[in-house]
Amino acid sequence: MRSFSLTIKNLVRKPGRTTVLTLLTAFLALAVFGGSVVVFSLRRGLNSLEARLGADIILVPSEAQSKVSFQNMFLQGTTGAFYMDASVLDKALEVEGVEKAAPQTFLASLKADCCSIKIQVIGIDPERDFTVQPWIARSLTRGLGDMDVAVGCKVEADVGEIIRIYDQRCKVISRLEATGTGLDTAVYCSMDTMNALLAAAEDKGVSHKIESGDQLISAVYVKVKDGCDIDAVNSRLNGHIRKVTAVRTRSMLTGVSDSLAGVSRTVTVLIAAVWALAFLILLLVFALIVRERAREFAVLRLVGASRGMLARMVLLESALCGLLGGLLGVGLAALLLFPFAGLIESALNLPYLMPDTGIILLLAAGTVLLAVAVAALSSVTAAYRLSRVDPGTALREGN
Amino acid sequence: MSLLELKNVSKIYGELKALDNVSLHVDQGEWVAIMGPSGSGKSTMMNIIGCMDKPTKGEVLLDGVDISRESSKRLTDIRRDKIGLIFQQFHMVNYLTAVENVMVSQYYHSMPDEKEALEALGRVGLRERARHLPSQLSGGEQQRVCVARALINHPELILADEPTGNLDEANENIVLDLFAQLHKEGTTLIVVTHDPEVAEAAQRTIVLEHGKVAREVINENFGK
Repeated sequence: MRSFSLTIKNLVRKPGRTTVLTLLTAFLALAVFGGSVVVFSLRRGLNSLEARLGADIILVPSEAQSKVSFQNMFLQGTTGAFYMDASVLDKALEVEGVEKAAPQTFLASLKADCCSIKIQVIGIDPERDFTVQPWIARSLTRGLGDMDVAVGCKVEADVGEIIRIYDQRCKVISRLEATGTGLDTAVYCSMDTMNALLAAAEDKGVSHKIESGDQLISAVYVKVKDGCDIDAVNSRLNGHIRKVTAVRTRSMLTGVSDSLAGVSRTVTVLIAAVWALAFLILLLVFALIVRERAREFAVLRLVGASRGMLARMVLLESALCGLLGGLLGVGLAALLLFPFAGLIESALNLPYLMPDTGIILLLAAGTVLLAVAVAALSSVTAAYRLSRVDPGTALREGN
Repeated sequence: MSLLELKNVSKIYGELKALDNVSLHVDQGEWVAIMGPSGSGKSTMMNIIGCMDKPTKGEVLLDGVDISRESSKRLTDIRRDKIGLIFQQFHMVNYLTAVENVMVSQYYHSMPDEKEALEALGRVGLRERARHLPSQLSGGEQQRVCVARALINHPELILADEPTGNLDEANENIVLDLFAQLHKEGTTLIVVTHDPEVAEAAQRTIVLEHGKVAREVINENFGK
């Protein structure tokens, strides 16, 4: 208590020194908290994308890869469409090792009078779907009815609003949770609604017909039975169905995963470099403080302060600067990270989904604790040297 | 009754004998001056009596306790409880006000009491300057704050090293008057000085030369 009141007076009445120490630790905290949130957001984005794709294998028409980057549709929300015959679904189900399969049909709306917004529309089969519906179910208790749509969180349409797609009036009945991926910019509907939209698009001159079959699908999501070799099933699908390519979702995500690992490594190295630099500067500052405060501590020794009391006083001062700096750094990082999450996502070009509030609070608390610990640790030598000041010598040297 | 007794005390640094077999005693309530040229051992003696150093040989009894054998921690306690120290240089904590500089001595002794600290400042004529930082006080005022700080815990012994060395005549007189007052109240004073006039204010003067007691002079005019 006694040391504490002296500590506060010292911090308040030596604003220059306090500011330098606080800013240094704030810099550390900003780097750690900011870096951690970015890395966590990227990991969560990847996990979210993996969960939303939800399948082991995706079947697409062989020409799909040349028409549109399949990966970009999921990562950046690039619009695009390709079609194949609905019989692909039945053929897929015949292949050994396939547990379930669900079709999806894509349609890109136009930036024209007939459409409110240019978006990717995805039709799902409520009977078979196992990827999108669990996601929709989190924000919608009933299924998608006729001309109902659920919109990704980045689509500019509110629940209850009517949006026009190829002059068809679709009612927004739900906004979906963020995934941090291109899926957030898509609109989801039932296959019946999709068929109506496809017909309307045809009327507007958007041609997507293939030669046979009334039902068009764009992709089939395949779940492989537990214990089966996914690569083997993938090969069997490629061999069994003509003009269709089976793509492992993991291979789609490999590039994303590699980029994420690269960004994580860079951020980690940057954080380590910032910490090493700031720790060295802190050590230097405390070394200078030892010289500056030798007389002050000699006086305190003369009036009865023990060595332990003085050492605790230095540690407490630096820990308080660490606490202030930690809070300041976390606050600054929050001001940069949260309002500009969209910009960060665009710059990184990777799935980016902010962690939950609980995780963010934990990261913030961990960062502040780390800042306090590093500030205190960097002052240990100073605390020891100042507590060992010989009062007689120090005060006579001042004469 | 003896408050301080040095018995055959030596302090040796390599070949140098800073104190050489010194014996002396100071009675409770006595005012003693210690004089001597530079290098005579005055500062070494002050460090030892002030519990800031230990002798190489001999015994130092302060209020019956042999401080030459005590641990560093115990010496801190004895210094805090029994001794008030005043130096030539005005050693104040530069970020504390005058009254806080006095209170800091209370912090480590017992409990800080601002009222008492203000009274101590009033006693040295600085009640009105209590809220000023050291940088806002003159040298003489700073030294008077140091005196107030030294006497705030009612020490048995005031140990002053050239307390008037950096003061003008007016401030020197104020400090000496304070010492005279403390002496009347029964406080024991040991004042290290170069200044014969300051030494003449004491009851007895001990002159050190080459680390030994060269002579003792009783001030016949003391109190007249």
